[in-house]
Amino acid sequence: MIEGILIGLSTALSFTNILMVMIGCFAGTIIGMLPGLGPMTAIALMIPITYGFDPATGLILMAGVYYGAVFGGSTSSILLNAPGVPGTVATAFDGYPMAQQGKAGKALAIAAYSSFAGGTISAIFLLIAAPSLSKVSLSFRSPDYFALMVLGLTAISAFSSKGQFLKAMMMVILGLMLATVGQDSLSDITRFTFNNMNLTDGISFVLIVMATFAMSEALTIIFRGKDPNRAAKQISLTELGSIKVSKEETIKMAKTIPRSSILGFLIGVLPGAGATIASFLAYGMERNYVNDEEKKKFGKGSVHGLSAPETANNAACSGSFVPLLTLGIPGSGTTAVMLGALLGFGIQPGPRLYQTNPEIFWSVIMSMYIGMVILLILNLPLIPYIARILAVPRNFLIPLILFFSVTGIYLMSFNNFDIFLMIGIAVVATFLRLYDFPMPPLILAFVLGGLMEETLRRSLLISNGSPNFLWDRPLTAIILTFTIVIVSWQTYKSFKK
Amino acid sequence: MRISPTKFISLLFLVLSVFYLYTAYNIQVFSFDENAPFNARTFPIYLGYAGIFLSFLKIILPEKTTVTVDHKLLDYKSISYIIIISLIYAAVILKIGYFISTSLFLIASYYFLGERRWVWMFLLSFPFVAIFMYLLHGVLNIYLRDPFLKYLGVMG
Repeated sequence: MIEGILIGLSTALSFTNILMVMIGCFAGTIIGMLPGLGPMTAIALMIPITYGFDPATGLILMAGVYYGAVFGGSTSSILLNAPGVPGTVATAFDGYPMAQQGKAGKALAIAAYSSFAGGTISAIFLLIAAPSLSKVSLSFRSPDYFALMVLGLTAISAFSSKGQFLKAMMMVILGLMLATVGQDSLSDITRFTFNNMNLTDGISFVLIVMATFAMSEALTIIFRGKDPNRAAKQISLTELGSIKVSKEETIKMAKTIPRSSILGFLIGVLPGAGATIASFLAYGMERNYVNDEEKKKFGKGSVHGLSAPETANNAACSGSFVPLLTLGIPGSGTTAVMLGALLGFGIQPGPRLYQTNPEIFWSVIMSMYIGMVILLILNLPLIPYIARILAVPRNFLIPLILFFSVTGIYLMSFNNFDIFLMIGIAVVATFLRLYDFPMPPLILAFVLGGLMEETLRRSLLISNGSPNFLWDRPLTAIILTFTIVIVSWQTYKSFKK
Repeated sequence: MRISPTKFISLLFLVLSVFYLYTAYNIQVFSFDENAPFNARTFPIYLGYAGIFLSFLKIILPEKTTVTVDHKLLDYKSISYIIIISLIYAAVILKIGYFISTSLFLIASYYFLGERRWVWMFLLSFPFVAIFMYLLHGVLNIYLRDPFLKYLGVMG
């Protein structure tokens, strides 16, 4: 392990990679801060740029963007009460009231320190957990992987907003359907191409991500432009107040951070959960832990109430890398985007990544820690300046998002069919979003589609077409039991009025 | 009878799933693969049935939370303009090249979204695209096909 850490450190500390972490953190912060644009959009916009780099550098850049975007989301939550990402909704509960009291600088500093601490603690957990889990996951067989993917897709749907389970499951099926377009991986038979040569290689993953996130986000912002409830309520960005945190507030944070980090990391590891659930649970847990006097301050600018979700959402980000790096199965929409990018580099994450590409495995883990340090050093003094980005007029912002989306696709194929397809999918996605059909399950399903079909094929061939493979191995049976429990619970909730 | 938009979308999804399933059954597989435990049709067939089942459930089950969208607050005009100019952009990008088409697309988008500060609109279109192209082509060595700039001798 020590050797691996040293390999990772030497890769992550190269000039290019440090520069990439810095650029990633900075760009991620800016994109994440803009309401409506989250880490998935930020990473999607970065994918075309990473084509020119080696895999480790590309992944390090995307990891930096991820943390930066989560931190940036907190900034818009605190200053505008307009969370850039769902994972920072809970941050607004106490961050925005604090900003309204003239303590915006302090709220941003508490968020930055908590994010740093949560990210650092969970990076250490990741350092310990990932190699051991990699060894365990080597014993996984095709039926276990298939079951795990079914669990992941069910879990991401179950953890969607209240009452959205069926909608999310429909998006999962749509994502899987889109993944079947093109040549079958084994027989090379073309499916669902309708004799269109442009579809023979299937639909590009970048196209789907750009269409359902970047472009559709931009179209949604235009579409809802007249809605006064969605217009950003801008507090004075010139008077942020001091960023100094008092001794008393530091003590409060010191109590909150360890427990929220552990909770956030564990939630992040679970397939389908992630930063949003982690932050809400940490907020709720913290309210139960504190004394009655502190409890009354929740929702009115409590330090505990701000620190807990911020710590947990960053800890969950590191946690979500565990299933990606060790099993090759992303647990969230954002890590699904990263999996797609890795596959684009010709790298298959999973238990063997630890042995075949140790420099990638370890450099990503080490760069997470470096990213946290850079995020703190870079963002804290720049808070007042970064906050001004929020004032960029949408008339300029939206066309630029569209420009990056179209360029990303054009660079891939120099083919305008892909641009037409992206516009079509983005328009459909915009209408689906309008009626609360969630997009992350679609992305996760699209990325996992090929692998899912492959593992199902192997499992069915081994069992000679019998469904026995679902319960022959205890591990498969246990994973599927979890899936059944989730589906049963969601069905029960649907019928219970 | 008034159908809610969510149920209407579910109905469309049901139709899509039926069509998908029909197409899945019509996938031509090799004759030796016809009775294999798994062939190119198997997974799509499962997906087709799953889609039909889920959309059917969504249609028949009562809605716990209804999503209401006030259409008066939706900006149909701006979004239509942006989609139309995006389609025109996609149609001409290969013919007139990346530089001119992208710059004109940006200017048109700024204009249709209500922007009238022409200096900023210009700076964030032609010079911005030129710098971006230089970064991609000159620094990152990512080739950007542009017949117009090639004709002018700016690009190889």
